Amino acid sequence: MTTQVADPGRVPDAPLVAPGDNGGLHNVFRQRYLLRLLVRKELQARYQGSVLGLLWSYVLPLVRFLAYFLVIGFIFNMTRGMTNFAIHIFTGLVMVHYFTETFSSGTRSIVKNKGLVRKMSLPREMFPVAAMLVSAYHTIPQLVILVVGVALTGWSPEPLDFAAGLLGFSIIAVFGMGLALIFSAANVFFKDFQNIVQTFTIFVTWSVPMIYPYDRIADLFEGTWVEQAYLANPIANGVILFQQLFWVPTVGPDAEYPAVMPDHLFTRGLIVLAACLVLLAVAQWIFTRLEGKFAERL
Amino acid sequence: MTESIVVQDVSKRFTMQYTRTIKEMSIAALRRQPLKDTFLAVNDVSFTAHQGESIGLMGLNGSGKSTLLKLISGVMKPDTGKVLTRGRIAGLIAAGAGFHHQLTGRENVFLNAAILGMSEAETKRKFDQIVDFADVGKFLDTPVGHYSSGMSARLGFAVAAFAESDIFLADEVLAVGDRPFKKKCMARMQEIKAEGRTLFYVSHSPGSVRKMCDRALVLEKGVLAFDGPVAEGIRFLKYDTDNEDDETIADDEIGADI
Ligand SMILES: Nc1ncnc2c1ncn2[C@@H]1O[C@H](COP(=O)(O)OP(=O)(O)OP(=O)(O)O)[C@@H](O)[C@H]1O
Ligand SMILES: [Mg+2]
Repeated sequence: MTTQVADPGRVPDAPLVAPGDNGGLHNVFRQRYLLRLLVRKELQARYQGSVLGLLWSYVLPLVRFLAYFLVIGFIFNMTRGMTNFAIHIFTGLVMVHYFTETFSSGTRSIVKNKGLVRKMSLPREMFPVAAMLVSAYHTIPQLVILVVGVALTGWSPEPLDFAAGLLGFSIIAVFGMGLALIFSAANVFFKDFQNIVQTFTIFVTWSVPMIYPYDRIADLFEGTWVEQAYLANPIANGVILFQQLFWVPTVGPDAEYPAVMPDHLFTRGLIVLAACLVLLAVAQWIFTRLEGKFAERL
Repeated sequence: MTESIVVQDVSKRFTMQYTRTIKEMSIAALRRQPLKDTFLAVNDVSFTAHQGESIGLMGLNGSGKSTLLKLISGVMKPDTGKVLTRGRIAGLIAAGAGFHHQLTGRENVFLNAAILGMSEAETKRKFDQIVDFADVGKFLDTPVGHYSSGMSARLGFAVAAFAESDIFLADEVLAVGDRPFKKKCMARMQEIKAEGRTLFYVSHSPGSVRKMCDRALVLEKGVLAFDGPVAEGIRFLKYDTDNEDDETIADDEIGADI
């Protein structure tokens, strides 16, 4: 066996390690340059070949908003008996839309990038994370519209309200990310999962106080386990905390119909966030176990 | 001598799934049809490559060469045994790089380079070299989906060949390239070899393995059937004895993959 003597400058001082052992969410954020490229690519690819392009991501929430506002607000007469119903809907919609976008595009992300997953070694968590960041990017203009809207109706938030909004946003982001991780991996094995997600997202709309006020839940189920179960939903928590920032300050204490919010807003929010972080850790564990077979099953 | 690639008792079994949805699965189960079958693609393979060695991996179609390369690059994980590597790995696995079809050639170069661990500055510095080598002309700014298979292989090879790496994997690089490009690839791989990188080269052409490598591995149905000097390896494959003309063709047409 003739072995060429290696150029001494070339001998890597790296240790012998298992190749491709670079997975995990922590490694995703270590390779920020690659993540940035993937996010940019996603932004370009999501609406490639469509004339309106990025505008589509605002058309959909806008249409949903109008439908809810007109049907629920006027036909079901919800605008009477509630202050600033439009803001109430829109605040919820921003969060719900962020969640469903993260969840559904995250779920499809691994299969959609199979060209890369099959051939290159990179942390596969990159793809659902990029999907989550792209969805977050798309909520920015919606937030701008929301801020303009609330400013026009007289918005005077307390510093603590900002903490509530941030907490709400974090809950949605962590919960969506956890589910996206699990479902993106499962979707490699069975394409049924991306359809399950579609069904699930319809359900989300009704499970949060968006097109009806929390008031109604409190009236019907105050003090019962149903109320507790309703409030255990991370998305409902995220929406309520977000409304604490954007909707509640526009209503004010002297309004004809004051804003009704559940008690222990922060305690509950922090507990839910902790639970979502546990879910994220479990999701990472599941993802790592399934990831080994991605390349061969795609 | 520094160990560069250590492969120890590695096996890889594939599951061939006949059903893709839960519904299909239930129907197949009801009809008592098999849901899946398994296939041992790499069977208890062990070898060690030292830094700077250049190894030719040969074997018939379906003998597990690309699978072994995927295990070394870390894209796949072995079922049993272990694979260890030292340093950065670049290369081209199973004809064609991991490209994104909607992105342009230029964007894919940056994306691919980033996955191979290159920074933005590093990629910019090497960009002209890469583009010169791939020579895809004005198609650089059109989506890779519209490339011919040769063009996308050229670009993929160029990125990998100019990335900073300690191990270089080349699988079927020459299969789709035209003759001038094959020459250029061989020359570039000689340079890579001369730089002291570990070279792992898969080819069906004995001529090019003889030129490029100083050790040959032969896979037969997933089993490592031969590990030794190149000339013996080629004899082992019986490529030489089959037909006198074959050999001359192979030597003439460097890298005339079957
Ligand atoms: N993802 C997969 N699922 C099931 N079987 C697979 C998968 N990938 C490869 N195989 C099987 O494993 C065997 C080895 O494949 P591999 O691609 O490693 O062969 P190869 O030696 O590279 O062949 P070639 O010379 O044609 O490139 C083949 O029989 C192939 O059908
Ligand atoms: Mg192959």
